[in-house]
Amino acid sequence: MGKEIFYFLIFPGLLFSGVIGGFLSWFDRKITARVQFRQGPPILQPFYDFVKLLAKETIVPLKGSRLTFLFAPVFALFGATMSSVFILLPALGIETGFSGDIIVLIYLLNIPSVCYIIGALASANPMASVGASREMKLILSYEVPFLLVLLSIVIKADMSIKLSEIIAVQSANGAFIGSISGIIGFITILMCIQAKLGLVPFDIAEAEGEICDGVAIEYSGSALALIKLTKYIMLFAIPALVVLLFMGGMNFVGINILWSILKVLLVVLLITLIRNTNPRVKIKQAMKFFWVWMNLFAIVAVILAIFGL
Amino acid sequence: MGLKEKCFKKSLWLFHFSAGSCNNCDIEILDCLTPKFDVERFGMKLVGSVRHADVILVTGIVTRKTRERLKEIYKQAPKPVVIVAIGACACTGGIFASGYNFDGPVDKVVPVNAYIPGCPPKPEAMLAGIMKLLNKI
Repeated sequence: MGKEIFYFLIFPGLLFSGVIGGFLSWFDRKITARVQFRQGPPILQPFYDFVKLLAKETIVPLKGSRLTFLFAPVFALFGATMSSVFILLPALGIETGFSGDIIVLIYLLNIPSVCYIIGALASANPMASVGASREMKLILSYEVPFLLVLLSIVIKADMSIKLSEIIAVQSANGAFIGSISGIIGFITILMCIQAKLGLVPFDIAEAEGEICDGVAIEYSGSALALIKLTKYIMLFAIPALVVLLFMGGMNFVGINILWSILKVLLVVLLITLIRNTNPRVKIKQAMKFFWVWMNLFAIVAVILAIFGL
Repeated sequence: MGLKEKCFKKSLWLFHFSAGSCNNCDIEILDCLTPKFDVERFGMKLVGSVRHADVILVTGIVTRKTRERLKEIYKQAPKPVVIVAIGACACTGGIFASGYNFDGPVDKVVPVNAYIPGCPPKPEAMLAGIMKLLNKI
């Protein structure tokens, strides 16, 4: 019992992934600034933002549902932390001894988005409900290609639905990104995580310009701090999942530490560059993009995986 | 200086409220975000919702229509919040002070922490004003 609590709260869980996620969020902002020929924020900026938000007043909307509004960020943080634990434990080589964690992960990775929707709808703000409906449509569009890519990974890993076995297959036969279906799947999953993280081509749910941060519009103070922390953790957990699925996972022995860090930074760099070189699309365009093109890509990846390419 | 104050100073999120300005000050505020001035160095960024704001930048004379809105915006902001009046109109009413729709200036409606005069004030002047304010808090 004590070990599980340690896993959840400290080492791969809340504290560790919060700190690394904060660092990655700074990395993201710094790269954005450098792309735009700016200087960018200092390295402790995510920490400053978080502590400042914790110290501020939290306002609850008069007409909204108070309990749902305040508990939605807590559950979002819980889902993000749980998914980071389930991703990082196999990635770090700690045996958890349970099969099928990839199925659990599919559900856990959706909890933050669903909680944003619930919290936004509980705030009784019209902009927030527009944001929530867009987020809902976005989930419906990116989830199918995401599942298909996971299916191609499972087929390539000899029908194993355990993350540590997927890593073991990759360390025996080489990383999945080295094959044709791996490259197609990698491109597809990059687009899916762009939408999952709510970054620019698909940040329709929290468009600052038109619906003023959408789902997070009514949040202030410590509730907003929890949402920010959830975003930091997701910014670490999802690139870590991509590294695990396509690039052979992470290894924390000797020089391999450097490689693991570089792999995660590479994925974050890619999504940051995509976010900096694209305009925001409309929800209709995003759905069309995922349902037609990304599904096509993912199905091709699955078929190639069946033929062992 | 405690941790709370330090973090507050290092991460100011700006909300921009135009109380009937001619848009010149608004454009100069956006100039602060450009590569030349880059307020993100100091952790400042523009936010879309007043619930996230630490600083409310008010530009323009306060007209009869925007007076109630300004009060409402101030009530909706989570405290502590700093209000900065930007431009001659926001500070005194400027050349519109004798107009029929003038119902300000800003400090008659909400408490103002800093005044930055100019028509429009230069981005350097805005940065200097906010820095001076931060050193005073």
